[in-house]
Amino acid sequence: MSIIEVNKLTKYYGKARGIVDVSFKVEEGEIFGFIGPNGAGKSTTIRLFLSLIYPTSGDSKIFGQDAIQHGPELRQQIGYLPSEVFYYERMKVLELLKYSASFYDRDCTQRMYELADIMELDLKRRIDDLSYGNKKKVGIVQGLLHQPKLIVLDEPTAGLDPLMQRNFFQLIREENERGATVFFSSHILGEVQRMCNRVAIIKEGSVIRIEDIKTMQKDNYKKIRVMGNGLETSRFEADGVTNMIQENGAVTFFYKGDINVVTKMISAQELADVTIEEPTLEEIFMHYYE
Amino acid sequence: MNIYKQEFRMNLKSVVTWSIWVAVFIFLYTAALSSIATDAALLNEMMANFPEELLIAFGMQGLDMSTVLGSYSFVFLFTQVLLAIQAANYGISLVSVEERELTADFLLAKPVARTTIMTSKLLSALTGLTITNAVAWISSFVAINLFKNGRAFETMPLILLLLSIVVFQLFFLSVGILISLLVKRVRSVTPYAMGLAFGMYILSAFGGMMGDVKLELITPFKHFDPNYIINNGAYDMPLVMITVVVIIVSIVGSYVLYNRRDMRSAA
Repeated sequence: MSIIEVNKLTKYYGKARGIVDVSFKVEEGEIFGFIGPNGAGKSTTIRLFLSLIYPTSGDSKIFGQDAIQHGPELRQQIGYLPSEVFYYERMKVLELLKYSASFYDRDCTQRMYELADIMELDLKRRIDDLSYGNKKKVGIVQGLLHQPKLIVLDEPTAGLDPLMQRNFFQLIREENERGATVFFSSHILGEVQRMCNRVAIIKEGSVIRIEDIKTMQKDNYKKIRVMGNGLETSRFEADGVTNMIQENGAVTFFYKGDINVVTKMISAQELADVTIEEPTLEEIFMHYYE
Repeated sequence: MNIYKQEFRMNLKSVVTWSIWVAVFIFLYTAALSSIATDAALLNEMMANFPEELLIAFGMQGLDMSTVLGSYSFVFLFTQVLLAIQAANYGISLVSVEERELTADFLLAKPVARTTIMTSKLLSALTGLTITNAVAWISSFVAINLFKNGRAFETMPLILLLLSIVVFQLFFLSVGILISLLVKRVRSVTPYAMGLAFGMYILSAFGGMMGDVKLELITPFKHFDPNYIINNGAYDMPLVMITVVVIIVSIVGSYVLYNRRDMRSAA
């Protein structure tokens, strides 16, 4: 049974496109990355499987059950950190967290204080006196205090300073080791690269690729840079070569395919230098967005 | 139950403020009208010279200002306006506040059905309105007895008047909720609430002026016309039923719309 199963999910806001035919599965124990630029449909997808909005067509299942029909009981086991955090402004942090805890069957008090401690959150302050980063911390604590089986993070690190980001990632890893499945939406590829096992890339409302993060980095793509006098791009044109750029006597390109083909191609040239490296996720990502 | 409590706590300040205003209003106007009641003959004579349209518009037609209830019915009409604004205000903001202040993503991601959220919020608002209602009862009885200057009055019509408050509040609360869910987005509550409350009042006032029956049919100010209740010692039942039907339709409609609604997000 998949933890999240999204099936041909489509959402239009009137005529405006939200997402189109998005399908993917997230398995138990995974940290699943969901990357794409702003406006690609990341939040729309999340808000659909949380039933904050309803699909135009398609459906989503969480823990094997329909997300709309069984929404309330499913959400006992979901922790959600929205991208923009706004809470009842006049409340104190502790009041808000207690209110949040009051929705769950289990006693969350101890975990609430632990989390507040880890995130260095001052419980006595009023919500409207908090900075954006501190509100984000409130969001993290309220999303995790009931020790959910599924953690849904929508752009979680925005506003957190680097030290807090480290605490936060550590926290998420621990939750994951405890058995929680994590759905991690972000446009910052570095953090997805560090955290996730698999990643889905969403572009203009459609998922264009779902891949193991290691496969994506190692097995598929090489970033090759050759230097030499009079090199021309035409000599490197072959199946699997993309993003070829020539500048300052160097030719740079991405290659995906049999490595022997490209090494033969390179060895046929008179070169001054060559580097073959794994592209960063950033570069792969840029590649998809060309 | 947790939502009910939370909502009530957040709303309490507003309930207290409104209740104080209603009490102050009832006391001041009852006192003022009682002080001129001694010259009521003069006042009645003066009113007789007013154009009839004006008297209808202000609910003063056929009003005997020399009697306790005659002048109180004048007070009550404007108390109704206050109560209408308060109830409409609570109705319009009841669920729209979560979308406007972007707390919907917090509340609706909790393990709770939207129907439960709506019911809790509805009951919480109703509790607040009932407190104001109780304050209106107490202030009315105290003020009337304080300023009756030995004049006798019938208690029954007064009780009928005050009993109508709860239905009257329910009308503006439920219609308010329905309107907030029919529009795409409520940017600001006050214009809607004022529009609904004064709109209904004006329909009643001008409807009477122009003798147009149709307009009056939809406004609870006409369904619970204090003048009618005082003079007849009874409700205008067919009209009251319209209010009841509107309340039921609005509440059912609100549940249906809220359950289907797409929550707006920050982005």
